[in-house]
Amino acid sequence: MEPSSYTNLQGRAETEIPAPSSPPSAKPIIEVKNLYKGFGNIPVLGDLTLHLNENENLVVLGKSGSGKSVLIKCMVRLLMSDAGTIHIFGKNVNEMTDRELGELRVKIGFLFQSGALYDSMTIRENLEFPLVRIKKELSSKEIDQKIEEALENVGLADTIDKMPSELSGGMRKRASLARTIVVDPLIMLYDEPTTGLDPVTSDEISALINNVQKTYNTSSIIITHDIECARATADRVIMLNKGRVYMEGTIDEFEQSEDELIQSFFKIRQPSSHKAQ
Amino acid sequence: MKANRPVFKKLPKLPSVKNQAIRLSENAIKKTQNVNRFFLEIGEFNLFLWLTIKATFSRHFEFREFLRQCFLVGNKTLPLITLTGLVIGLVLTIQSRPILVDFGAVSKLPGMVALSIVREMGPVVTALICCGKIGSGMGAELGSMKVTEQIDAMEVSSTNPMRFLVVPRVLAATIMIPILVLYADAFGILGSWAGSNIKGDVTFVLFMTQAFSAIGFSDLFPAIIKTFFFGAAIGFVGCYKGYTAGRGTESVGKAANQSVVLASVFVILIDLIAVQVTDMLY
Repeated sequence: MEPSSYTNLQGRAETEIPAPSSPPSAKPIIEVKNLYKGFGNIPVLGDLTLHLNENENLVVLGKSGSGKSVLIKCMVRLLMSDAGTIHIFGKNVNEMTDRELGELRVKIGFLFQSGALYDSMTIRENLEFPLVRIKKELSSKEIDQKIEEALENVGLADTIDKMPSELSGGMRKRASLARTIVVDPLIMLYDEPTTGLDPVTSDEISALINNVQKTYNTSSIIITHDIECARATADRVIMLNKGRVYMEGTIDEFEQSEDELIQSFFKIRQPSSHKAQ
Repeated sequence: MKANRPVFKKLPKLPSVKNQAIRLSENAIKKTQNVNRFFLEIGEFNLFLWLTIKATFSRHFEFREFLRQCFLVGNKTLPLITLTGLVIGLVLTIQSRPILVDFGAVSKLPGMVALSIVREMGPVVTALICCGKIGSGMGAELGSMKVTEQIDAMEVSSTNPMRFLVVPRVLAATIMIPILVLYADAFGILGSWAGSNIKGDVTFVLFMTQAFSAIGFSDLFPAIIKTFFFGAAIGFVGCYKGYTAGRGTESVGKAANQSVVLASVFVILIDLIAVQVTDMLY
């Protein structure tokens, strides 16, 4: 295993943590190389390199402001990166035409932190909105079937004619997830899926993420700072710090790590250790 | 033994040349930044205008959303426009009547009021009311959609938000505001008839005959044409301010407020140009 060196944004070598190599059969569908993104004079991502394999759940951990959300927004070109490349299905996102970008976005599901349900529409209309525009070949009966199926998969079949304002935070996240999966995406990008939810609902969302991967055969990037969510969903974990990959490995490797930053992130969140003392 | 030392009064510290130079350069930088921001805003505004025009003439037209916006812009504004139209006519009549009585020209009252309502008062007052009602509504709605990432969600689901959010709103405002102006004109003349009957006695038919005989095609046509521009400006400014709002909740209020102010300025400027053009043509 070749050790990879990690530097901060100024380019100073900080630490060296071995990166696990991917299994030989793994096929990367997203490849990010030397990505840079800043806002004004403030660098957010600096020389970031990572990949996502097919049928894999990759969890990206990191403190607030470490550039996690910026990373996935660059992947769907909601934000334009300053330098570096992002290849999805072998094509560079930054060099795509509007038409190619549209075709790519059809294959990617994006779950926003806030849910981002259209609040002037009912849940049915929210799900119908991408469906009628992306799957134009479907009849109205097939559209209804797909909507019902997606809502059943997230356990919200009875809320179909409700407005988003009538739903709780967890239900809104699930409805948003249903809207994302209804168009059968190949890649799922989750932006803080459990933020602001109680532990029980967070567990439900984590279970749903795993279900979506199994049912729809998706590959996912899960941006979070919720360790429980990471434990429940991760095949592989990446930790970002100061806009760069700080450590890469399995969740067990992270938990056994002696590194101070990793420890501070994981050990603080040991549920009962504090009380047991 | 302590020697007697002369006591010097502390003089106020004079600002050094260096400090003054720093202050001057800071002021210059601030002014340059303001100028930069102004030109950036103009550039952004023109880019948004170009994208709106491009999206308007694209293949896919969101007809259902356009009809929904027509309903919201037109139908939901009717009560306010009814009241405004009635009050304009009533007040104009009540205030003009005594002067016309003094000159013995009270029979000219219906024509005078109808003319001023159709040419100027109806279009401008209705447009300004719509700036507050429709422009601010669009600014706040799109602003809050931006803050809650709904516009981003639309974009990543491969839907052009310009086509779905901006084009139907701008077109709905462009088409509905002239209709609202005609409606306000009608209620203004009705209000004027009611005002004439407070102190006098004029039959409805006589009043309307006198009013409409004073209005010609050259009065009505330019007034209606300019309202299309009023509508387009109100819709466009509302959408622009909402769409380009910042990320915080504070920016929603700012977008709504700026929509009203900027749309009102546009209405007044368009009116000024329209008056000049009409004056040249007729």
